[in-house]
Amino acid sequence: MSEQAITHSHDDHGDHHHGPEKGIKRWLFTTNHKDIGTLYLYFSLIMLFVGGFMALVIRVELFEPGKVLLDPESFNQMTTMHGLIMVFGVIMPAMAGLANWLVPMMIGAPDMALPRLNNWSFWLLPFAFSMLLSTLLMKGPAPDFGWTFYAPLSTTFGPKSTDFFIFSIHMMGASSILAALNIVVTIFNMRAPGMTWFKLPMFVWSWLVTAFLLLAVMPVLAGCVTMMLMDRHFHTSFFNAAGGGDPVLFQHVFWFFGHPEVYILILPGFGVISEIIPTFARKKLFGYHAMVYATVMIAVVGFVVWMHHMFTTGAPIAAQLYFMYATMLVAVPTGIKVFNWLATLFKGSITFETPMLFALGFLVMFTIGGFSGLMLALVPADYQYRDSYFVVAHFHYVLVSGSLFTIIAAIYFWLPKWTGNMYSEKLGQWHFWLSVIGMNVTFLPMHFLGLAGMPRRIPDYALQFTDFNQICTVGAFIFGFAQLIFLYIVLKATFGKRKEHLSDQVWEGAKGLEWTVPTPAPYHTFETAPALH
Amino acid sequence: MSSPLRQKNKKLLMILCGGVLFMFGFCYMLVPLYKLVCMKEGINGGSARAAAIYDSSTQIDKSRTIRVYFTTTLHSGLAFKFIPLQHSIDIHPGERKLIYFYAENQSGNEMTVQAIPSITPMDGARFLKKTECFCFTQQYFFKGEKADMPVYFFIEPGISKNIKEITLSYTLFDASAYIKNQKHFIKGRIDL
Repeated sequence: MSEQAITHSHDDHGDHHHGPEKGIKRWLFTTNHKDIGTLYLYFSLIMLFVGGFMALVIRVELFEPGKVLLDPESFNQMTTMHGLIMVFGVIMPAMAGLANWLVPMMIGAPDMALPRLNNWSFWLLPFAFSMLLSTLLMKGPAPDFGWTFYAPLSTTFGPKSTDFFIFSIHMMGASSILAALNIVVTIFNMRAPGMTWFKLPMFVWSWLVTAFLLLAVMPVLAGCVTMMLMDRHFHTSFFNAAGGGDPVLFQHVFWFFGHPEVYILILPGFGVISEIIPTFARKKLFGYHAMVYATVMIAVVGFVVWMHHMFTTGAPIAAQLYFMYATMLVAVPTGIKVFNWLATLFKGSITFETPMLFALGFLVMFTIGGFSGLMLALVPADYQYRDSYFVVAHFHYVLVSGSLFTIIAAIYFWLPKWTGNMYSEKLGQWHFWLSVIGMNVTFLPMHFLGLAGMPRRIPDYALQFTDFNQICTVGAFIFGFAQLIFLYIVLKATFGKRKEHLSDQVWEGAKGLEWTVPTPAPYHTFETAPALH
Repeated sequence: MSSPLRQKNKKLLMILCGGVLFMFGFCYMLVPLYKLVCMKEGINGGSARAAAIYDSSTQIDKSRTIRVYFTTTLHSGLAFKFIPLQHSIDIHPGERKLIYFYAENQSGNEMTVQAIPSITPMDGARFLKKTECFCFTQQYFFKGEKADMPVYFFIEPGISKNIKEITLSYTLFDASAYIKNQKHFIKGRIDL
């Protein structure tokens, strides 16, 4: 917080200090929050390129009508895997990685509260995703029912590999639950003396709320896939009408998880933006308390809007009306946040370093995604937009220029603190502009494709959609290759030789405990709690 | 880490784990909850899947006539013939009528099938009640067996005056994987 002077004692060098172990053992057995944060972040970086490659394959197939590269069956596998990897393998682990690195440093704790659990929660992920990706190499199709795995596509008609998918979802869920448990316990019990609730940085608040969301809905996802497994192998019929179940029930259970899940994907990003904008506007965050309450309200309302994903499943008119209004209610706390960020920028001394550019890009384009969300919330309009490219455009605006941009912004922002190396500002700017242009060229035309009636999840399309699809594909390649610049920047900062000495604060306007430790952050920080005034 | 802090962490962890277990249970609780809501609100044919009681003293509202249409669907290539004997029927609210659906097993094997009802429009669905229906139980068919299967139904007089037409639709599923222990003889069914 800006009004508090923060001091950090440098005289705590006891003999219990030890550095990391050498070699692979360091990474396998580490309980250090910084190591685990790094593991999470690198894991999600790898997955970003795996999922991104699939996205490009999809875009190549859609470059022209008819068959270009894939048969429809493979196309379905690509869309399914792309969605699953980006949601569970990129955004969620990246957010968890940021939490691991930053939460203890921001609240003045020496480490996470449950370090061994922390190790386990990360190491579940590589196994979960190896299992999921291995289905691509199996005889018979990989999961091909869309990332939402609706029954009966995934139960009665699911390929054999669906069981591998189910267990990998179980493992990802367990990983997320363990990470969330750890984060909640850390934030509750490990805060430095004087770090009261309303002094917590917004990033910590956002992650606290997100962790509670994870604890509430990941078990529901686990239950959902368990029911699928039982329907597939144990003669139950939760989702099979022949045995007295109901496939629509699947959608209720899935979206009861799925809607809070989309807030899980974005809320930590809101926290990141609330750290970056004040830094580069050199002003205190406008309306801190309102920001906290808005975050909590988004999370709470997120539990009672799930049926807006299922307006056309034959829901009664009263339910459609209720869910329409409740969904539009989400725009209120989200609007509070957007306006507070704008108010923070107002009359600020703004500079446009790469993290700030990504934050501002987020602000503009996430709002566009929010508005198309409002359009989708309207029941009569949704009957037209549902299952069209309009929906694809909407959720890519909120997930790519929303969640992904916040993660990239966060990495640019904290990378100098983590590695001690400043990225090349010139390359960062190139990365930003290519990403923004690529992203908009890819996803903006999809709005119009959707409105014109192009359905999603189909490898072929009518002739009149060709031009716009070709524009989308060109944009996708610009966006995809722009990320190679990012890869280079991250690798260079991590492994490059340290040329200059960066100050503890790194950024002129940076406030918060993590900017009081030396740069690069030592292996152990805050073994003695910092004194807060 | 100091041991009081360790204890505190452990305690909070246990509470949170309890919450996680509760939410896992809650997921399963959604199943009966969903069935209950569907039953009460008549959503998805929920009220049409269980027997209602017809009170013979019900006032028949002769001033209104509602046309009930019948449609049938076979689920994913089930080798059956399945049709209503009448395309539609006119009924006064409060009146009870009997109609038959014809089914023929063309699969070349014995089969157990289950019909799942669905009623539209949504705001009229919960007023259509059945006292007997072939969809309440599974139906067993010998190889090549043909049968007329009955539905006794009525429409409660409380139904909105705006509703002039109702569609009662059945989808026939292969229930061989979910056979329940029950008699092969089914009341009211006419084996042909």
